[in-house]
Amino acid sequence: MSRAEETEAPDTGVPETADTGVPAEKAARPPRANPLWALALFRSELTITLRRWRTLALLGVLALIPILIGIAVRIETSDGGGFGGGRGGEGSGPAFFPQITNNGIFLVFASLAATLPVFLPMVIGVIAGDAIAGEAGSGTLRYLLVAPAGRTRLLLAKFTTTMAFCLIATLVVALSSLVTGALLFPLGDVTLISGITVSFEEALLRALGVAALVALSLVGIATVGLFISTLTNSGIAAMATTVGLVITAQILDTIPQLHAIHPYLFPHFWLSFADLLREPVYWDELVKNLGLQGLYVAVFGSAAWARFTAKDITA
Amino acid sequence: MARIRPTQVADDGFWDEERPARGKKAARYAAPVAVAGIAAATIGLVPALASTGDPDLPKISAQELISKMAASDAQQMSGSVKITTDLGIPSLPGGGSLADLGGERSGDASAAPESKLMELISGSHTLRVATDGPDKQRVSIVENAAEYSMIHNGEEVWAYDSGSNSAYHATAPKDAKAKGDHRQEVPKDLRDATPQKIAKTVLSSVDDTTDVSVDGTSRVAGRDAYDLLIKPKQNSDSTIGSVRIAVDAENGVPLKFTLSPKSGGKAIIDVGFTKVDFGKPKAATFDFHPPKGAKVTEEPKADRKDAPKDFGGKDFTDAQGALSGLKVVGDGWDKVARLDTPGGAAAPGGDNGPGVASGLLGGFGKEVKGKFGSGTVVSTRLVNALLTDDGKVFVGAVDKDALVKAANAAK
Repeated sequence: MSRAEETEAPDTGVPETADTGVPAEKAARPPRANPLWALALFRSELTITLRRWRTLALLGVLALIPILIGIAVRIETSDGGGFGGGRGGEGSGPAFFPQITNNGIFLVFASLAATLPVFLPMVIGVIAGDAIAGEAGSGTLRYLLVAPAGRTRLLLAKFTTTMAFCLIATLVVALSSLVTGALLFPLGDVTLISGITVSFEEALLRALGVAALVALSLVGIATVGLFISTLTNSGIAAMATTVGLVITAQILDTIPQLHAIHPYLFPHFWLSFADLLREPVYWDELVKNLGLQGLYVAVFGSAAWARFTAKDITA
Repeated sequence: MARIRPTQVADDGFWDEERPARGKKAARYAAPVAVAGIAAATIGLVPALASTGDPDLPKISAQELISKMAASDAQQMSGSVKITTDLGIPSLPGGGSLADLGGERSGDASAAPESKLMELISGSHTLRVATDGPDKQRVSIVENAAEYSMIHNGEEVWAYDSGSNSAYHATAPKDAKAKGDHRQEVPKDLRDATPQKIAKTVLSSVDDTTDVSVDGTSRVAGRDAYDLLIKPKQNSDSTIGSVRIAVDAENGVPLKFTLSPKSGGKAIIDVGFTKVDFGKPKAATFDFHPPKGAKVTEEPKADRKDAPKDFGGKDFTDAQGALSGLKVVGDGWDKVARLDTPGGAAAPGGDNGPGVASGLLGGFGKEVKGKFGSGTVVSTRLVNALLTDDGKVFVGAVDKDALVKAANAAK
């Protein structure tokens, strides 16, 4: 979905093109008619974001986590024993860990399952929270608006950048864990969690699908972060609020008395990406997850638009 | 100073011509509110719209419906089953529940089916089932990022627990082909969890203490179904209020099974398809090879037939069926099983031995006295048990008074 949004963004980012019969004075803006212009804004946003040391450090930490997990599992099982041993009751130990020693590709799933609750949303929170508020805080937002870009378009560029970053962050984790898994553990045919064996190629495809799903699971919190970012002029405040929201939502998600609101909390279906590893794939929760993330994008995306286009830019 | 401050007109035109006037600004917030509102309305209305419109099917008598079920021979199917149980099993003083007993019994890290069955008796679970003839079945319990599967293919019976990466292997008896005679097979009890098997067991126990009627229609898993309502006759002491079975109108396959207590409230057992497909499942569905490095437990060869009956199956089915070897008093829904604990194994708590069982049960039971002496009654929403102090156990899906009556009569 984020991929689709990326490609769509330039088109929707040009709200008044000449051929829609808009008033003559608007049609007379030559540079705006070019859809590539909005793409350029997005491209510059993305490169600026990715070139920051802060971003690189965050991605580095993300890449390090699978390596650490891989080494830890490797040491734990180096005496030939299986991982952990007994499963004392209901789901002790993180998901997919027992399978890692026998097939390195499970490190991808284990790492994604381990980073999805905290690390990935934290990184997304930092990027999304910084998107508008950071510019405002450092006084560059008004210069961005001085350029004939328009607020809607700038917001769209920021949104697309954040979405792209969701994908990039997830892929960093997935690739790092795939490489680590391949180096430390054997690869081969994969037994899915339903007990059905598939070829390594199909498992790789599924791993790619899992990565895409994890990235899509993050678009909800990313949009919320962007909205929060439009509310304040302090980048730190926006980041902290976003990350705090992630933690709060996950705590609420564990309180059984609140089960009525659980299906509407954005982290509720996060682990449903594992359903892609069943055969046949169990779609129910996957679809719910995507629907929920789409809902968050729609509500908070439009809220961010309402706020940002109506806001007084003072810094 | 004032010279460089842009005028209002210049401001709007220069910075962003999309910026609206102040009144319009507030209007922009209508967009997120509208989106949220539409979403809320959709979430609220869609289930309501979907649940109206019970299908309009030709009238059918209960007898016809039952024979339709009996004639149903859907050998190939697959789908998802949602099973929700609320037996009201009391918690142990230590904080655990009766369900934990079975888990401990089967040892740690084993993929043996018993411990998984125990999990099914409380809460809500999703099962995925696939059947292709009597030789190939598969049931898996969908868990969080893990799955527990039982696969029966010919003579092989496998169970695989992806959460602990362990497998369990057993050999099915060769005569397993005889339909409905899977008694000694290990995963048997889990397959019992499908609506078909349960419905079959229930129908076999229909007799003259029972009211059977067709009570409207419903839609289950996108298919039209008749609702068969089975109720004990008025003067029954049973704790069971009613049993409702939704039967596919087209091929007679039971799609949903609901057991409601007489005391009202939530259904005790609610098993139904949420998705069903009567096509042939993929052959690979029934192939299982234990993955490299998985811990494989072989089924113990000895005394499989004498293995203690698991409490996991002790729902309505077993309360009437499995205990039939014991001394049974009363008939129909009011059956009470009586056993003298030396050698008895059907007390809730299973094979922990009579001493342990009564010790545990004393912890959360209720003291009763009667002509028979005194004893302890342990209640769940479905099954009640009376343990007399002189070592007799009366178990049945009947209320407390009926148990005392049975005990008195036995005196």
